Amino acid sequence: MTAEQSGSSSQAIVRCAGLEKSYGQRPAIRNLNLTINVGERIALFGDNGAGKSTLLQLISGLLRPSRGGIRVFGGQPWGREGAHARAQIGTLSHQSHLYEELSARENLTLYGKLYGVTEPQVRADTLISEFGLSGRRVDPVRTLSRGMTQRVSLMRALIHHPTLLLLDEPETGLDATSRQMLAEHITEQGAGVTVVLATHNVEMGVSLTTRDIVLRGGEIIHDSATISDLAMDTAQRRQLVAAHLGGSVS
Amino acid sequence: MQPQQASPPGYLGQFRILFSKEIAVEFRSRETAVPMAVFAVAALIAFQFSFDLRGGTLNLVAPGVLWVAIIFASLLALGRSFAREVERGSLDGLLASPIDPGALYLAKVAANVLMLLVLEIVIVPLTAVLFNLQLFQPALLLTLVMGNIGIAAVGTILASIAARARAREALLPIMLLPLLVPVIISAVRATGLAIDERPFSEIQPWLGVLGAYDLAFVTLSALIFYVTVER
Repeated sequence: MTAEQSGSSSQAIVRCAGLEKSYGQRPAIRNLNLTINVGERIALFGDNGAGKSTLLQLISGLLRPSRGGIRVFGGQPWGREGAHARAQIGTLSHQSHLYEELSARENLTLYGKLYGVTEPQVRADTLISEFGLSGRRVDPVRTLSRGMTQRVSLMRALIHHPTLLLLDEPETGLDATSRQMLAEHITEQGAGVTVVLATHNVEMGVSLTTRDIVLRGGEIIHDSATISDLAMDTAQRRQLVAAHLGGSVS
Repeated sequence: MQPQQASPPGYLGQFRILFSKEIAVEFRSRETAVPMAVFAVAALIAFQFSFDLRGGTLNLVAPGVLWVAIIFASLLALGRSFAREVERGSLDGLLASPIDPGALYLAKVAANVLMLLVLEIVIVPLTAVLFNLQLFQPALLLTLVMGNIGIAAVGTILASIAARARAREALLPIMLLPLLVPVIISAVRATGLAIDERPFSEIQPWLGVLGAYDLAFVTLSALIFYVTVER
């Protein structure tokens, strides 16, 4: 069974067919076929430059494919036509996407309004409280630590109750407590929420997800969905991912 | 159970939210307004002390001096309007949200027009004092507003193109100034006629050129803006 075949049901929310993305002459994603179904928890692994971030940006509509097709929630995710798809996606990337001059509360309220959240300020306050930042909610983001800023970025991704959550190395800059908080938020997402988590941390990635994908040179070299008929425990999954990464488990 | 998603605001709602954000960010940082004002005031003072201007000569030179100060000061605002969004990744945050890129463009244009108006609140009275001119006239106010819209309309879309370039500080003026020639000519001529207290019918053709330029560039740019920001 191939990855494409594994997700051929009507529950597919992301479909990539022959997807390619190049930056100038340099290919970042090459002939990628992938289907992601509703409610899946996917860990995306790969070395630096493997194409993880590019793939997430293509799904989120930030990048336009150079060739091939990508459908998210049944439509293209970029441009004017992609607004419907983007409204259902929450993204956390390497950059905070926050306005440093504004407070955490103002940033979250701004994005809440743009996503059409009912009572965005109430939702912002709820998230700030859940993430333990109530004491700093009115401080400008530029005064927050790296870890605190990352927490606000995660809140921003969650502000509109997305049904597809794209997390690009969300653990970056987080201390142990915050990582635990992040893990809880990922696992607490409802069954209807799909999570794609790009990470270098194999331990964390495997423990929080049910499907592993390893990218190398912009291509999928391992997708656990293709061997889903074999029941694997997390230790076996870790070993398999590490073997494809060509290194030890972090 | 996952809460039901609300529907994102319409075009005007997006514009209002994004415009408020622009104002809030600038009000907190004062990253643009202060350098603009300092540059424009310094330029006006330099011009005033560089020329021995009297009588009729003043009326000929003052409109050009005023618009040179406005246009060069505007480069600071326009350059920063997208550069800071790209540097901090907040532009990607907006583009990943369900907004229409056109609403973002119009919000930026409106914020830049407002910035220029604030600048003019400082430099028009200063020009009146330095050059001993009567500048408080409705026709001049109209010229300033229409000139600002033209500068902001073209400058904003070009700034979005330049923002991801390495030499963006050099690229923006190179692209912008030639395109602003119709605005410069019309605004300077309309300002000169207003200072001379000529009848409105004489000023009207130049305002017509400005109006047509504004309408064409605002409409066209709002429609094609998504092309300049997509990657």
